[in-house]
Amino acid sequence: MITSKESLAADSPDHAPHETFVLNLGPQHPAAHGVLRVLMTMDGEWIQRAEPIIGYIHRMHEKMGENRTYAKFLPNTSRIDYLSAMHYTHAFVGAVERAAKIEVPIRAEYIRVITSELNRISSHMVWWGALLLDLGGFTPILYAFDDREKILDLLEGLCGARLTYCYYRFGGLCNDADDAFLNGTRDFVKHMQPRLKMYRDLVTDNIILRKRLTDIGEISAELCRKYGATGPVIRGAGVAYDVRRAEPYSIYPRFDFKIPTYPECDSMARYLVRMDEMEQSLRIIEQALDGITAGPVMAPKVPRVLKLPPGDTCYAVEAARGRFMVRIVSDGKDTPYRVKLRTPSFSNLSLYEEASKGMILPDALAMMGSLDLVIPDIDR
Amino acid sequence: MSFLELEPIRILVYLVGICAFVGGNAAYLVLAERKGAGRIQRRPGPNEAGWGGWMQPFADGIKLLAKQVMVPPGTDSLLFRAAPLMVMAPPLMCLATIPFSDSLVARNLNIGLLFVFSFGSINVMALMLGGWASRNKYSIISAARVVSQSVAYEIPMLLVVITMLMVSGTMNLQEIIVQQGGGFWHWNLFKVWVNPLMPVTFVIFFTCMLAETNRAPFDMAEAESELVAGAFTEYGGMGFGVFFMAEYANIVVGCCLATVLFLGGWQSPIGYLSGGLWGLGWFLLKVYALISTVIWIRWTFPRTQFYSLLNLSWKILIPVSLVTLLLTGAMLKIPLLFR
Repeated sequence: MITSKESLAADSPDHAPHETFVLNLGPQHPAAHGVLRVLMTMDGEWIQRAEPIIGYIHRMHEKMGENRTYAKFLPNTSRIDYLSAMHYTHAFVGAVERAAKIEVPIRAEYIRVITSELNRISSHMVWWGALLLDLGGFTPILYAFDDREKILDLLEGLCGARLTYCYYRFGGLCNDADDAFLNGTRDFVKHMQPRLKMYRDLVTDNIILRKRLTDIGEISAELCRKYGATGPVIRGAGVAYDVRRAEPYSIYPRFDFKIPTYPECDSMARYLVRMDEMEQSLRIIEQALDGITAGPVMAPKVPRVLKLPPGDTCYAVEAARGRFMVRIVSDGKDTPYRVKLRTPSFSNLSLYEEASKGMILPDALAMMGSLDLVIPDIDR
Repeated sequence: MSFLELEPIRILVYLVGICAFVGGNAAYLVLAERKGAGRIQRRPGPNEAGWGGWMQPFADGIKLLAKQVMVPPGTDSLLFRAAPLMVMAPPLMCLATIPFSDSLVARNLNIGLLFVFSFGSINVMALMLGGWASRNKYSIISAARVVSQSVAYEIPMLLVVITMLMVSGTMNLQEIIVQQGGGFWHWNLFKVWVNPLMPVTFVIFFTCMLAETNRAPFDMAEAESELVAGAFTEYGGMGFGVFFMAEYANIVVGCCLATVLFLGGWQSPIGYLSGGLWGLGWFLLKVYALISTVIWIRWTFPRTQFYSLLNLSWKILIPVSLVTLLLTGAMLKIPLLFR
């Protein structure tokens, strides 16, 4: 019970004008999408300071990378950001291939591009549904998961896993894509194009959504550079930075696609970037399906126990949330000397404290939704 | 009939009737909402308990009743316990003056409209007390939101009601309905010769009703993605259940009032077949049509931002409702000048 004396002391007008309170948002909060904790100093509903506290789901992936062989660490990479597992295995596999100078067959590269882009769409669908859920729109997530389900079914048919794929192997793929997958992907592209148009009509053009996102949550290109934010966050600040163009990898230079950028820097810009990216991914998939040729999907003579030559290798990919980079330092043994994982969500979250200053709580949470954070990706 | 006309028995029958109506509505509107949401989201909704899910409200009710009512330490336990009662009582009181048919009304008060609004505004107090007594930061933020939202939306709502009062000239709900008899073109909603903005007035009333009952897209009090569960965060078991039921009871009252004021209450849309059970049928049909609209809106739109909610009220709804008020006054008075 609060005694009347305490109550009177708290209600004293001497306290009131400068009174702030601390709001502990998370680690179990419906808007935090996982175990992110944000300690907010609030002035009424205005945020004076929002300090993200991370580490609740830290699993020492980097250390695990250093005490086991390359092949044993490969499945770990898909657990870092479980929503864009293909990109993460791609980066690790790519780094090892670059260091060991393994040539990947062209058919494998095509299938990698197709599966990566499918994964990007499925990841963006989850983000889209979750953002709308943050904004109080309950229905879109079920539509989003409906579409995502189609992708997961395709990928399940391909490699057996639905979420944490371990499909890419050093030198190629674990198995070839059959006609069922290729035809299914073609059908999916045909299915998805009208769906994206429907989402644009029903959700993107909704006046409430526009009012919640437009001119709110400004993240400038300057801020992105300061904290190393990449992916849709920096493209929403008008910078056309995409690893697929900036540091071309795999066979991306063969494809014709646009890098969607919006110079408005607000939450809506980041929203639109991701919506446009899904269309571009569909374009890439279509081109890849047209260009794919028969052939092997595994490089010949990849040793079972890989020993990389001593040296330092980096490989970056454009994951769904931004630039994911793997750096492997090898000293010639069968386990790496150092594995460094550069995850996009970590950088994207870092700017939150500065960007959310002075914002009202619902806007700050909408902005957090527009960053598309995956907490295991931050903590890794 | 003479037995029912005895005053104490009459009161008892109506009390039980209203409680049953509110209870049944609250229970089955939750199911209707979940089924409706399921339909909109292309999933079946609750379909396990009973025949196609029809026993779900009972299952939920038993679950909630069986739970211990927790009063967290540090709360103001008296207010914490009182808030669910205070939130449930006003809609029950309001229904006492709502005419369900030409003869079915518990109390045909001459100040019925005033009565409904005076009790309707207690609802806010209850939410505020519940939020305040919980001693939870999310609840207090929610309580503050509820108060400012309610203040902002009561003004345009009352302006609209004053407009309707000028049109009808009485606060007796039964008389307001009788005036709208003789086909749907006599309903206040379509009385454009009294005020060309009448449909706009209805939209304002409906919007304000959504805001007053804290329904999406104006569910600032609950806002589960921001405030966990808002004012109800600390409530569990039946304490939460009562808040939840009260939300639906308030929707029923709001839709009843909208039906009475704008849609001709129990009057038939074709001009005859308005008496007795027919009237009750028409009334319930209109009320449930409005309620389904409320449910439909919730599952279709995202939540508004708090200040755009207040902007909507202060910058759009209040000026427009003032204009309709003036216009109605002018339309009613100017013909008298030339007489």
